[in-house]
Amino acid sequence: MEKEDIRKELKVSAIENGTVIDHIPSQSVFLVMKILNLTKYPDQLLFGNNLDSRKMGKKGIIKVSNKFFQSDEINKIALVAPTATLIIIKNFQVVEKKKVRIPDFADNIVKCFNPNCITNNEDIPTKFTVINKKDLKLHCHYCEKITARENITFLE
Amino acid sequence: MKNKSLVSINDFTREEHVRILELAGAFENRPKQKILEDFVVATLFFEPSTRTRLSFESAATRLGARVIGFTDASSSSVQKGESLRDTILTVSNYCDIIVMRHPKEGSARFASEVAKVPIINAGDGANQHPTQTLLDLYSIMKTQGTLDNLNVAFVGDLKYGRTVHSLVMALCNYNTTFHLVSPLELKLPSSVKLSIKERNLEYHQYTDLQEVIPKVDILYMTRIQKERFSDPLDYEKVKNAYVLRNNMLGDSRSNLKILHPLPRVNEITTDVDDNPKAYYFTQALNGVYVRQAILCAILGVVD
Ligand SMILES: [Zn+2]
Repeated sequence: MEKEDIRKELKVSAIENGTVIDHIPSQSVFLVMKILNLTKYPDQLLFGNNLDSRKMGKKGIIKVSNKFFQSDEINKIALVAPTATLIIIKNFQVVEKKKVRIPDFADNIVKCFNPNCITNNEDIPTKFTVINKKDLKLHCHYCEKITARENITFLE
Repeated sequence: MKNKSLVSINDFTREEHVRILELAGAFENRPKQKILEDFVVATLFFEPSTRTRLSFESAATRLGARVIGFTDASSSSVQKGESLRDTILTVSNYCDIIVMRHPKEGSARFASEVAKVPIINAGDGANQHPTQTLLDLYSIMKTQGTLDNLNVAFVGDLKYGRTVHSLVMALCNYNTTFHLVSPLELKLPSSVKLSIKERNLEYHQYTDLQEVIPKVDILYMTRIQKERFSDPLDYEKVKNAYVLRNNMLGDSRSNLKILHPLPRVNEITTDVDDNPKAYYFTQALNGVYVRQAILCAILGVVD
């Protein structure tokens, strides 16, 4: 991490144990919280947005106390925040740092782009296979149509 | 194939397709066999399609099965707002297999995940209609003696025609050379072309129908619908360019057969009907044998 970044990050206080999700594109911070189900998180949750970042211009950061995510769970956020990094904190120390990876499957987070898809017409969870990670293309398990990055919207 | 749902043409392997075609041949020789007397087939048509429904019901009743179901959503509990899940779960209790047609894409896949019995997709919106594809393969096989190494032309609306998309994908297994004839607005989508390219198969695109006719073994005609054009003038420009007339068949190969998924409107003039190369009505009859084969394979009464 850049020195400058560390200084700026101090605006959001440190956590003792838990996960820091850094380098989130500013427009995606709230979406990331929604995808990870953090809006009703009962323990300490800190976040900052529109923080200066040398790499990204502006960025968001989320710090979740006493929470260690499963990799499938965290990889879902790669669909909206491909730049995000994940920092595992134990005893105020960084024990692991990694980048999120776009998952092979996306279940019930993205809406199918096809208005005539059964998932947009009945109460059915969506299911996609990620067929292209670079350009982000999702193949709907039901209607078999492709939802591309520019058409992605997230389920409410 | 026993107990396997048939939702998408790729749910069955090439070997399973071949087996279905063999079985269909056996039913063509002996269409009336009472081998499904102990079975109940449900035909759930959430949107009407008389032709497809009658073909399935004919296939089932010729084999002695009993058929229950509804012919359009307005005559069923669906109209009262019942969910697809509830309808499928309920009907599963009454039958051994469900044949369904539904206006929404992906409905049949979803049904196959909740039903306790296998599902045969008889059309889910613009997505899949695998029994049509199998009957097309059967018709090609029967008229050409093989599925391998043929020159097949697809004519008309190649963009929206689901029949075309699934048949192209199925033929990719047989080293087909594709001749794609359509107005520029209705070219085959790149996702389907990709399946051709992945197999390193040859394809050629044309806007003129006449020049393709002498090159092919199969001429697969489809209807161009006015609704597909944002500008009605564009439709007026092309509507007569993709009509097949008998006098265009002079230079055609002796083994050429003309296929069409029906119903036809005006894209094949009636003077073609008497030409021995016209095969579309027999193609529809083949649908019954192919559906007999599919029902029996999935119900496990044949291997
Ligand atoms: Zn879909």
